[in-house]
Amino acid sequence: MLQKILIANRGEIACRIIKTARRMGIATVAVYSDADRDARHVAETDEAVHIGDAVAAESYLNISAIIEACKQTGAQAVHPGYGFLSENASFARRLEQAGIIFIGPGADAIEAMGDKIASKLLAQKAGVNIIPGHLEVVADASEASRIAEEIGYPVMIKASAGGGGKGMRVATNRDEAKTGFARASSEALSSFGDGRIFIEKYIEQPRHIEIQIIADSHGNVVTLNERECSIQRRHQKVIEEAPSSFIDEKTRAAMSEQAVALAKAVDYQSAGTVEFIVDANRKFYFLEMNTRLQVEHAVTEMITGLDLVELMIRVAAGEKLPIKQSDVKINGWSMEARIYAENPFRNFLPSSGRLSKYQPPLESKYLRVDSGVKEGAEILMFYDPMIAKVISWGETREQAITNMQTALDQYYIRGVETNLPFVCAIMRHSRFQAGEFTTNFIAEEYPDGFSPPESGEHARINLICVMTALHYRLTNRAATVSSQVPGYGRNVETSWVVVIGQHNYQTDIEIASTEIASTKTNGQDENGKSNLSFSRINFNGQSYLVEDDWQPAQAIYSGLVNGQQIHLQIEKNGYGYDVTQAGNLKTIYVLTQRTAELNEKMPVKQHADQSRFLLSPMPGLLVSLGVKQGQTVKAGEELAVIEAMKMENSLRTDHDGVVAKVLVEAGVTLEVDQAILEFEQ
Amino acid sequence: MHKIIQQLEKKRAQAKQGGGEARIETQHAKGKLTARERIEVLLDQGSFEEWDIFVEHRCTDFGMQDKAIPGDGVVTGYGTINGRLVFIYSQDFTVFGGSLSEAHAEKICKVMDQAMKVGAPIIGISDSGGARIQEGVASLGGYAEVFQRNVLASGVVPQISLVMGPCAGGAVYSPAITDFIFMVEDSAYMFVTGPDVVKTVTHEEVSAEDLGGSTTHTSRSGVAALAFENDVQTLLMTRRFFNFLPSNNRDGPPHRSSDDSPTRTEKSLDTLIPDNPNRPYDIKEIIGKVVDEGDFFELQSNYAKNIIIGFARMQGNSVGFVANQPMVLAGCLDINASIKAARFVRFCDAFNIPIITLVDVPGFMPGTAQEYGGIIKHGAKLLYAYAECTVPKITLITRKAYGGAYDVMASKHLRGDVNLAWPSAEIAVMGPKGAVEIIFREEAKDAAAIKARTEEYREKFANPFVAGRRGYIDDVIFPRDTRKRLCRSLAMLRNKKLENPWRKHGNIPL
Repeated sequence: MLQKILIANRGEIACRIIKTARRMGIATVAVYSDADRDARHVAETDEAVHIGDAVAAESYLNISAIIEACKQTGAQAVHPGYGFLSENASFARRLEQAGIIFIGPGADAIEAMGDKIASKLLAQKAGVNIIPGHLEVVADASEASRIAEEIGYPVMIKASAGGGGKGMRVATNRDEAKTGFARASSEALSSFGDGRIFIEKYIEQPRHIEIQIIADSHGNVVTLNERECSIQRRHQKVIEEAPSSFIDEKTRAAMSEQAVALAKAVDYQSAGTVEFIVDANRKFYFLEMNTRLQVEHAVTEMITGLDLVELMIRVAAGEKLPIKQSDVKINGWSMEARIYAENPFRNFLPSSGRLSKYQPPLESKYLRVDSGVKEGAEILMFYDPMIAKVISWGETREQAITNMQTALDQYYIRGVETNLPFVCAIMRHSRFQAGEFTTNFIAEEYPDGFSPPESGEHARINLICVMTALHYRLTNRAATVSSQVPGYGRNVETSWVVVIGQHNYQTDIEIASTEIASTKTNGQDENGKSNLSFSRINFNGQSYLVEDDWQPAQAIYSGLVNGQQIHLQIEKNGYGYDVTQAGNLKTIYVLTQRTAELNEKMPVKQHADQSRFLLSPMPGLLVSLGVKQGQTVKAGEELAVIEAMKMENSLRTDHDGVVAKVLVEAGVTLEVDQAILEFEQ
Repeated sequence: MHKIIQQLEKKRAQAKQGGGEARIETQHAKGKLTARERIEVLLDQGSFEEWDIFVEHRCTDFGMQDKAIPGDGVVTGYGTINGRLVFIYSQDFTVFGGSLSEAHAEKICKVMDQAMKVGAPIIGISDSGGARIQEGVASLGGYAEVFQRNVLASGVVPQISLVMGPCAGGAVYSPAITDFIFMVEDSAYMFVTGPDVVKTVTHEEVSAEDLGGSTTHTSRSGVAALAFENDVQTLLMTRRFFNFLPSNNRDGPPHRSSDDSPTRTEKSLDTLIPDNPNRPYDIKEIIGKVVDEGDFFELQSNYAKNIIIGFARMQGNSVGFVANQPMVLAGCLDINASIKAARFVRFCDAFNIPIITLVDVPGFMPGTAQEYGGIIKHGAKLLYAYAECTVPKITLITRKAYGGAYDVMASKHLRGDVNLAWPSAEIAVMGPKGAVEIIFREEAKDAAAIKARTEEYREKFANPFVAGRRGYIDDVIFPRDTRKRLCRSLAMLRNKKLENPWRKHGNIPL
């Protein structure tokens, strides 16, 4: 067995590999760049070696430095994680030359699968379904229709230089094939100056489903079932699950069989993934093979009970696979949500900065959180913006989704924007819950960008009751302030009005009490005791019992409303509260009856029309301003450059207009949403 | 007897109506509450005891004798906020435009006098067109009577001014003397001379909003501490703010039970200070993580943002925070920051509120604008305020404490009680680069030598030990333990007694 391994990666995957290695009694060596000195993977490893600059090319992609680090520390093997050098054949070869084991497939297999065309041909030879198509350039319209008929309708006619939907046409019959060819060709010629056209089978309602395999050096290949990764945003996977809600046993078996055939064809060793695209009729076609550990491997681990990193290490050390195909079962269901540092409300613009607050949900049998950060860590522009992976498990898909919702609701991150509101919304989306989706799900459901869904009646009532109970408790506490007039202290009202947006909700507190209990939940004090609070709230003629052990400093509220679990993130904001429910942030006020009445008289302030302003999308330094007052600008024109995190970001206008007023000058430090200039109306 | 009661009821009803239905509607249409409605929101429900509804003006000129309204344009009395006594006056714009008559002023003076006798804070709500012109000099006299009381109450009981409508001319000087001014966005403005006069005299064209609106006073002039979106927000935030303030200069700061453990550690503070000394970080993160429940009431948040001031609680007791903000102008001290912090320090000192000072200051802001503006005099205000101050003073140096600014920021030499430093602290006359360029001037052209010297200087002085060796700091603490250490220190200082020599008053460089 190996004694010491080096992990040529960072972030969550480095931490995850360290965890398994530690369990196996193997010492670990981490490598880090200048930017990662304080990173969690460096803190958690046995040894750490500095390998270069913040830029990945100088550090995590620096083969010589990594090999040097192995020699220096005596690491016998290298686990590459995913990304960086994980699918770099020359890295695998260089390690081999240096007498260091690469925990992954052989360099030849990496190379064979690295080339899109070659891998397709290889797959075809191994008996794997590939998307039927014509790899040669199509000469004219009649040839196009002939080829289309050969392939079978519908077909996709696409420009070789195509992109962004331009030069692409779907044809479902002969006429469409002919006109489609002409249109695609002329469009491609005008857009890209290249009219070459290819034709391949058009996959309707495609789903992305992949088969995990693991192979040893003794010719054993075992498949570990499928994962479905159809929920993607611009080819970036967002939600993954195992098993797939779509394929049946027969399809699974056929896909697994082909995956094994392909692995055997390239003499594959280690963990690998064969990606397929599956159409509405469960016909599947080979996409590519990933010759590494996948980001989403954890869902497979959750349903099979296997540790893929352990298996990779064992087979790399030459051991035989400790499992047979018949040992592999599907136990329950698992979901994974990737938490990215990006702003879903601003077209998923990456966000970077310090995690001023970071509190992941608690791990359990039902929940695993893989992350490489801790509170106070910095999300760096240099690397992948993924903060963590939340992996839930349940007996059924429904339970796995519920457990995921609960986990996401309790995931507390401040300092950077995250896609939590977005993944929370997907988990509550009826189409997602029904399993009725394709890889087009996000594009179809959020064509104009993401905006949070309205919360349902039920969620709103729970929110109203909880906020009444908490406000009552906090108001009572505020009324314990010293130096009150004896005999004329504060009588806290029992009737309240919860104000959410423009709506007022009238509530009454019937009873509120607190008792000391010794349950060990999140509100415990140093003695392991917690204050259990009960409040009976009347709302709309109904009575609700709110139970919790929340204490004012806690950002996460977990309680019961009439016995039903509710999780909220609560932050005080002036005399109100910023409450996040299911990823949805609202400012809520709880007012006395009279104050609420008077509050109704307050004008709804029209905040200045923001489209008239060019706003800074991030905090940073205004490096330059390209326009002057009175200048006419065209849509798409660069107006200003902001430097943030040493990156220059160009700000462009999305409409034509005239600059009415320049509000700041170059050289100033801008806050997020600060207005830079104003356009004429 | 029965007749008297009938009369009483009639007068009460009349007083409640203020300037009448139509004027109340106009007030509401402007998005403003009436004088009485404001009191309802501000005080505990049912706690208001009104005085002087029978007072009427005594003017007989210009037909005023026929136009008396009970109460005469200001509602006065006392009540409680969270059970704590407060005296209040609220000008009623619906009655003669809230203008100040002799009688109106007398009502205000009466509650102020009483507040002084019983040691309770005063909250004044301004919504007034100005002097009651029909009364002439009697009205002016009324203003001065109020000013005089504001001055005598200063440092004796806290005074808060809520400007919730116009406040112009001489009227501005009453709020100006008080401790804190809160304004309402869009509906409040304050200026000594209005836009019309400005235009006549200086030919400047400026709107009332630009001249004296809440944005002007919270971000440009620094006259107002904060501004809020509307009347209700302003009043409810005042309630919240009130809970931090002592009732008078003899009481200690108020205590309220806290659910936050004094031994709570914050590991993330260990990584707050960036490796690169020129990279900023948000000092407010420290405040948020060390105070009770992260509840920090920041004041003047839009003015001189290079220094942060505000109140919080530690173990339930009010404390004042002063902190350099590296995110703005690298946290250096300039004229505005010095004035902002100096006045806050003096308020805390006057009312026995301990002060915690967080230091990351590269020095005073250089430049002609600052020197011509009198940074010497204004910087001295902060120095004076800290040096004079006798309340518990705890200082924590997080990073830079350079030059004169080190001395000013509640250093040991200015009777700092507990002076702590994080390991990242650099206490020196100036930054390594600047120092080396002076000490080794003859090597200035040799970049390599300068670099080596800079490293040498950094090694020698860019740490807390040099100051520690002299006892200028009491201890070097781990950032994560900051709350624990601050709570402990405050507890130790609870009974601190320190008195300055007797004098009529000092002569702070104004």
